[in-house]
Formats: sequence, structure tokens, C-alpha cells
Amino acid sequence: MSGFLALYIFMLAAFTGYEVIARVPVILHTPLMSGSNFVHGIVLVGAMVALGHAQTPVEQAIGFAAVLMGAANAAGAYVVTERMLEMFKPSRKPGDGA
Amino acid sequence: MSDWISILINASYLLAALLFILGLKRMSSPRTARGGVVWAGLGMLLATVATFFLPGMHNFALIGLALVLGGAVAWVTGRRVAMTSMPQMVAIYNGLGGGAAAAIGAVELWRFAGPPQGASQLSNAALVAVSTIALAVLGSLIGAVSFSGSMIAFAKLQGWIDRRFVFSGQRLINGLLFLLLVAAGVLLVWGQLSPQLVIAFFILALLLGVMMTLPIGGADMPVVISLYNALTGLAVAVDGFVLQNEAMIVAGTVVGAAGTLLTQLMARAMNRSLGNVLFGNFGGGGATSEQEIGGAQKPIDAADAAVMMAYAERVVIVPGYGLAVAQAQHKVWEFAQLLIQRGVKVRFAIHPVAGRMPGHMNVLLAEAGVPYDLIADMDDINPEFPNTDVALVIGANDVVNPVAKTDPSSPIYGMPILDVGAAKNIIVIKRGRGTGFAGIENALFYADNTRMLFGDGQQAVGALVTEVKMVDG
Repeated sequence: MSGFLALYIFMLAAFTGYEVIARVPVILHTPLMSGSNFVHGIVLVGAMVALGHAQTPVEQAIGFAAVLMGAANAAGAYVVTERMLEMFKPSRKPGDGA
Repeated sequence: MSDWISILINASYLLAALLFILGLKRMSSPRTARGGVVWAGLGMLLATVATFFLPGMHNFALIGLALVLGGAVAWVTGRRVAMTSMPQMVAIYNGLGGGAAAAIGAVELWRFAGPPQGASQLSNAALVAVSTIALAVLGSLIGAVSFSGSMIAFAKLQGWIDRRFVFSGQRLINGLLFLLLVAAGVLLVWGQLSPQLVIAFFILALLLGVMMTLPIGGADMPVVISLYNALTGLAVAVDGFVLQNEAMIVAGTVVGAAGTLLTQLMARAMNRSLGNVLFGNFGGGGATSEQEIGGAQKPIDAADAAVMMAYAERVVIVPGYGLAVAQAQHKVWEFAQLLIQRGVKVRFAIHPVAGRMPGHMNVLLAEAGVPYDLIADMDDINPEFPNTDVALVIGANDVVNPVAKTDPSSPIYGMPILDVGAAKNIIVIKRGRGTGFAGIENALFYADNTRMLFGDGQQAVGALVTEVKMVDG
């Protein structure tokens, strides 16, 4: 991947993130923060790669810690987000026909 | 490694990135929000599985062990924790993500710093592009700051650290720390990449996160957590460039951008700038000239308060963090239902930063079963206060403090507030006579039409429930 192509991806993804959030009602701020907290749990993939290529014991130890923390980020944030959003059951919302 | 496997892996990452974006999109609307997290979850699952098949991976046992251990502990903790503790859980999981990002950078830097390892090993400082080292340094820096900062934020929200650490020259010291950190980073990139320097760099970065967060007051923690959330996203994206992993780049950048916007939205809801949150002295010291507040707080007992509301036409309930702490949301809904049965028009008014995070209060009320057509936000409810017979304030303080409108010297001056004072009668349920989270005296409590119902939120509302039931005998 050339440096500029990477920068283009970076730019477009940044706009996407901005647009996705732009018109969010206040009541969803906390769940959404939690949800984006979950999405950066993708760090787990990087941690797995780091540990997967680790050679020395030191690298393995740091890599192990990385996977441990990354997995906790992903799993914990998922559960917390799901629990928050569970509250938004469409209990009685007239006129939506959903 | 055969071609089709690498195509499958890349396709999985692509699909995962798409699922993340669509998931976030769905999470930004109440009707689709629940499905959104499931979509994102599928993306995560897909990306994780695909990563096992990347070429050149070793240490599968270690990976599996860490994956199961970290995932299981966090899963169980996340399931068990009370809804009121959600903000600190977001903080700690975010911190762990930052820690993971920093650790990835550490592994890479450690390898670059180490001696050449065998013939097939490309990764040695001499063979790695300067830009890669620079990105690894940057990812480590942001991740480490986010890690230690989030941990402090967690400790503050959890109540382990209950005061702000402010001393003179703090900003100067933090500034010097930052410069030192930049110098260490530059030296890592262009100087000698030694293990000692890598360790020193990480210690400095972790210290900076701690020092940055310590002086910030608890009321500002949501904004700070949101900022660290955005920073973790950015760190993940930067690590993605180091590892050439597109899923990390896209997901990390999306979170970085979305998190930055979310941080701004939150800061704006409190009428503060981000710089003010980070470097301001919110609620700091008694040195600020406080307006003299005349009169006294006038107490009321539960029976009188209950009667007052039972015969009111319109009641607006204003919940604040005190309600969350007292876990009183279920009792409050029970009380509101009793009033509704009597024909009282009841609504809940929620300030954008009520609780510890925007939307936190909505989540708590929703948990108690309050339908969201009864919940009004600030702009909708403020014009209705003059027609409101009783405004019942439960554990809210700063968000209803008229000082924000009247006293330019107040730290919360300019923050939009709920116009509770305009209601005909105001009943405030409060544990004691102390000041709010921002440490500012509340003029509302001294107003002529305000009555104080002192007590723990849970007990006080419980007493109201009992008394309302007794109104008709």
C-alpha cells in the first residue's frame, strides 16, 4: 500500500466517521460512545498480529498483554453497549409501523 | 500461502470494516440502535477469525489463551456491573484498548531496537522505513496516554480518587513533560533506537496521561473519556498503518473522527470548549468571587410534597446524578405512574449532561421502563416550566442552577440550564445541604417557591410513593 493511498483511506474514513455521527440525538450519545469504544476493539486484530510475529520472550510478553487488553476492550465494550441499547426497546412508539 | 486464502482474509477485513460503519450508522438512531451493535459484533468476529489465517503467524496457544482470558473476564464484568457504573466501564475498556494499541507499538519498537533475529527476519531498525518507526512511536504515544488517562478517569468515576490534584506550575510541568516526550520520540525515530530509550519513552507517555487527567474535575470526565475514546481510535488507526492492516486503519479512523465530533458535541452541551475542559480550572478553588445568595433553604416533608403533586395538573421530574447514585430510577417511575393514574400530566426533563454522560440518564430511565415519549430534552421542556405546577428535582444540582445565567464570575456561567425556577413550585430531593459536583452554591435551593426534601433519593421517593397511596385513604 503506497503512502498516499493510505492517506486517502485515512481521509475518507475520517469523513465517514464524522458523517455517521453528525445527526445523533443526545439520548444516544453514551451508547454511541460505548459503541465506538467497541469498534476500536479492532485493536485486537493488531495485537494478535503483534503476538503472532513475536519472537523473543519480551516481545511475547508484551504481545500477550496486548491481546489480553484488546480482547477485554472488544468483549467488554460489546457487552456494555448491548446492555445499554437493550433499554431502547421500541416499547410503545406510535405511528412508526415498525 | 495460497492466493485464495489471502483474498479471503482481505475480503473478511473489508466486510468487517463495512459492518463497523453500518453498525455505527444504525447505532445513531434509536429504532435501529440495537441491531447496530450486533452488526459491528459480527464484523469483529469475522476480523478476529480471519486474523488466525494470516501468513507467518506463530504463538497460537498464547494468542488463544490471552483471547479467552481477556475476553471472558471483560465479558463477565461487563454483564454484572450496575447500569449506573456504565461510564466508568466505558472508561476502563477504552483504556485497555489504548493499552493494547500502545503494547502493539511497544512490540514493534522493541523488535526494531533489538539485535537482528535470523536471516528471514526483516524487522530491524536499519531495514525499517523511518516512517514506520515514526508511526509506531506515534501509535505508542497516543495509546499510552489514552491508557493511563482512562485509568485515572475510571478511578475518579469509581470514587477511588475523589479530589482534583492541582498545584501551581502544573501546566508548566505538563508542558515540559510533553516536550521531553516529543524529544524522546524524535530521538527514537532519527537517533539510536535503544531498548532503554523505548522504556523511558513509555514511562513518560504513561506519566503524561496521568498528569493530564488528575487536575480535571469529575464533572468533566465524560468529555475526557470521549476524548480518550477518540484518541484510542486514532492510535489504532496509526498502528494499522504500521501493521498494514486496512481493517484497523478504517475502524480506528472512523472512531477517531466520530469520537472527536462526539467530544465536541458533549463539550458544547456544557457550553465549554475542549481547551477549557483540559486546561481550565473548572470548579477549582474557592478563589472565584461567588455571588451572595440570600434567604434560607426551606424544608418540606414527604407527606406535604406528595399531596402537592397528587393534586397538581402538571409535574415535571428532573433527574440528576443523585438519582443514579441512589438507584432510585425504578422508584421514581413507580411514583410517576401513581401520579399518572391520578390524571397528573407527568414528564421527565433531561439535561444534555445530566448524570455523568450525555444520555446516561435516558438509559437509566429506560431501564426502569419509562417510555421515551415521556422523556423531554432541555429545549422542549424549558418553555413548559411556567405552566408546570410542580418541578420535582431529584439529585440534580448544577444543571438547574440559575447562577449559570446570572453570575458571570461563576465557573458554570453560560451553561444552558433547565429552567426549573420558572415552575410554580419546586421540590428538591437532596441528600444534604452540600454543593454539587462543580462545587457551586445553588441559588435555586434558596428561592421562595422551592422546598427541600432532604434524604437519600431512594428513601425519599419511596416515602413519596407511600404518601401518594395514602392521599385517598
